[in-house]
Amino acid sequence: MAHIKVEENIPGIRSLVLFRPETGKSLYDLAQVLLRGPSSLPEAERELIAAYVSYRNDCMFCMKSHAAAARCLYGAEEKLVDEVLNDMQQSNVSNKMKALLHIAGKVQILGKEVRLEDIIAARSLGADDKEIHDTVLIAASFSMFNRYVDGLASFTPTDATVYEEMGKRMVNGYLPPSSEQS
Amino acid sequence: MPYIPLEDHLPGITGLLEYSKDTAAPIRELTQTLLRGPSTLTEGERELIATIVSHRNQCTFCVTAHTAAADILLGEEETSTKVKQDISTAPVSDKMKALLTIASLAQESGKSVTPESVQKAKDAGATDIEIHDTVLIAALFCLYNRYVDGLSTVTPTDPAFYKGLGERLKNNGYNRLPEGYEHLKK
Repeated sequence: MAHIKVEENIPGIRSLVLFRPETGKSLYDLAQVLLRGPSSLPEAERELIAAYVSYRNDCMFCMKSHAAAARCLYGAEEKLVDEVLNDMQQSNVSNKMKALLHIAGKVQILGKEVRLEDIIAARSLGADDKEIHDTVLIAASFSMFNRYVDGLASFTPTDATVYEEMGKRMVNGYLPPSSEQS
Repeated sequence: MPYIPLEDHLPGITGLLEYSKDTAAPIRELTQTLLRGPSTLTEGERELIATIVSHRNQCTFCVTAHTAAADILLGEEETSTKVKQDISTAPVSDKMKALLTIASLAQESGKSVTPESVQKAKDAGATDIEIHDTVLIAALFCLYNRYVDGLSTVTPTDPAFYKGLGERLKNNGYNRLPEGYEHLKK
């Protein structure tokens, strides 16, 4: 049960956003611009960074929902998502993506963990300033979202099909739930 | 030296928010709502939550900036100093102690916030919205601290810089200055 009185059976962040729409709108706007806004990183890769950080933060709701969105966006290459969540270094994503996921993993621990050599490595594999910026900010943002969702003990569905549906919906973007359509 | 090119006259978070204005807009808006919007927690109390989380995340820029803002809003420096040393003996209400404890647990991990820690806050009179906002402020500073240090932004060492920044946070809050930041160029 959630730590505060939110509507029962509404999963994860949606229940929290319905509880406090004023902050919810900014949170959804941030997710939308970070994960769907203009960027040279494909949406699939951005969702994968979100899922990877959520996995490292042990936030099942965020991990399963963003992994589902990433699988939809990768399409025929959807197995990359599970490879990364299983063992990032052994996965078949590009070396550039590995370097960015490595940076995201450091950010998940603490900002100070990111070293100049990590940045140099990502650059040498073709990552530009904006991609490095976006990777750090996505990882930092999911360090927030994960704590919000689990810190208030919001409802985490266990049924895998719930996340499949959620992933399909998330592909179309992030719009805050309203009390009528929740 | 920052890992990406940021403007020299904008150390810490400000350079990042100017580098990426489209992501900055919702982050600023969220911060303004949480730290300056209508709330039963005072602005000083909310700055203390930002301070304790930044302190625990070892983000010198954010700790020093939000300590300065808290000190200006509270009109003294003792409370912020003692909160960083030991919440249990700091000169704040039992409700604030319980909320600062929840923020510290959320800094570790969302899952670290226990039903007992929440019950303690409720027993001391905290409302659901206060508990919600405490967790979200703590989570938001886990974002800020990682953003600021993860890209290795400049951390000024001159105390006068933070005094000026604290005044700006008191007077203008967290919205982007309408005139921008060109006037800060020396």
